[in-house]
Amino acid sequence: MTTLRRLLPSGNSWLTAYAFLYIGFLYLPVVFLPIFSINTSASPKFPLAGTTLQWYRDLPKTPALIDAAWNSLIVGVSAAVLSTTLGILAARAITRYRFPGRRPIHGLIMAPLVLPEVIVAISMLLVMLQLGLSLSLFTVVLGHVLICIPYSMSVLTSGFEGFDRSLEEASADLGETAFGTFRRVTLPMVTPAIISSLLVSFTISLDDFIIAFFLTGTEATLPIYIWGQLRFAAKLPGVLALGTLLLIGSFVLLSIAEILRRRAARRTQSEGPLHA
Amino acid sequence: MTAAAEGSPPLTADGIRRRPPLLQSESFQGLALISPTLLYALILLLLPILVVFAHSFWTQNYLTIDHTFTLQNYRTALTEPIYLDLLWRSLFVSLLVSLFTVVLAYPIAYFISFHGGSHKGLWLFLITIPFWTSYLLRVMSWKVILGYNGVLNSGLMGLGLISEPSTALLYNTSAVIITLTHAWAAFAILPIFVSLEKVDRTLIEAAKDLGDGPLRSFLRVTLPLSAPGVISALLIVMIPTVGDYVTPKLVGGKDGVMIANAIQAQFGKASNWPLGAALSVTTMVVVSLMAGGAVFLIRAAARLAR
Repeated sequence: MTTLRRLLPSGNSWLTAYAFLYIGFLYLPVVFLPIFSINTSASPKFPLAGTTLQWYRDLPKTPALIDAAWNSLIVGVSAAVLSTTLGILAARAITRYRFPGRRPIHGLIMAPLVLPEVIVAISMLLVMLQLGLSLSLFTVVLGHVLICIPYSMSVLTSGFEGFDRSLEEASADLGETAFGTFRRVTLPMVTPAIISSLLVSFTISLDDFIIAFFLTGTEATLPIYIWGQLRFAAKLPGVLALGTLLLIGSFVLLSIAEILRRRAARRTQSEGPLHA
Repeated sequence: MTAAAEGSPPLTADGIRRRPPLLQSESFQGLALISPTLLYALILLLLPILVVFAHSFWTQNYLTIDHTFTLQNYRTALTEPIYLDLLWRSLFVSLLVSLFTVVLAYPIAYFISFHGGSHKGLWLFLITIPFWTSYLLRVMSWKVILGYNGVLNSGLMGLGLISEPSTALLYNTSAVIITLTHAWAAFAILPIFVSLEKVDRTLIEAAKDLGDGPLRSFLRVTLPLSAPGVISALLIVMIPTVGDYVTPKLVGGKDGVMIANAIQAQFGKASNWPLGAALSVTTMVVVSLMAGGAVFLIRAAARLAR
């Protein structure tokens, strides 16, 4: 045993070094966005020609960008609200009830996670065109809701799991209806998970390119605007500046989501044993 | 009391569940609750996939679809050299990317699970952060890194390791593989981490007490027991990457084009929906076969290791 103990730290330190290297690899592309977004020269290479905030100042002066940002906001909020609503229903059904076909239904709802996005997008496109829906931000929302639901579901099921059922039974025994129990007992316990799901699905919708690319009509969302700009080398710094802002936005939203998710997990778990 | 307990199936005094009426039965309530989400997935996922499947057996004359059954599209998809090339390349890329991501991700997942201590959550959060930045921007960032005047080239030249910028870094299949390996890392780490967390630590102790060294106990206990995580990581990376559109388009150049770009063209410029549908179905079937084969191999290896 003691020789093993002595062996462990060396293996551990190799692993630790690898872990830091790997984290470096993961953050490598992310780090260059902010760096080159303050570069005076439009071509991204070292050493920097000089630093400037010009690219950031130009952003609000681009009407196409402002339109795209509004579109993304509208699509993101709608997709987040819808996918979280559908996610709540499904996550609640999966964690609380046993019913026939539970596993295949769960599988179908989670399927967009493991399907190539292009195939999901063109399938929806075909059906929408055949139903006579004209492509617009509305069709983008429909598509985003589908790909956001699996993420909402995972956040929400982790929030709903470990939830002590005896609390709900107690509420029912004390005379609450099923709906009343949900509103007054379940909902307050799972609110953090719900907000976390809203933030995660908003972020996914905000970042998604493929679905929006296929399903939008003439209106562009932010990623579609960026895609259009990527063709012009001179526009790169502006895109990098925009990307940096999006990066900061996503980071803030997801940090909040993560803190809330953990609080939700702690709340449902720490209160469980009290009533067991 | 019974009237009050409408929400949940009533219990008798000795705790045995009485058979509730249909409307209050657990199955009915569960199905009713999940039905809106299920309906959504049926209409916007299952139905569209069936429609694509149907289209793949039809043909298109300009704007009208001819609904006569034909296998012509599949013949084109499976015999035209251009589509076969794209299909093989896509499979090759997705196989390599999924292998690389899993092999690179395993030590990290292991590190977090076995040496993460009380910081496991923080490590996982650190790893997922880069993946929440726009995919488009991450791919573009790799273009900045690998480009002719890019970070890597100017860095290597600054260090005096190369005298002129290398063109071998960008616009080829390896650029696609590097970018995708980076893009899917978190999706591989999480499932492997979850399965490592489930490995019963006492089994490893037992193996060591019985004389297995750290490497042997890892190969015979930890690795086989984490096989489910490795399998789901492989699947969750392999299947979506085969149909990646953005990466080949941005960093792949001429040699890096993949099947998704051809599928998109059929629904866009070329406007041949049935052929695009047949290409989609073929891709899904072939990648599923490849994934199935990989799963079979891993399961067999895990059995042998024990």
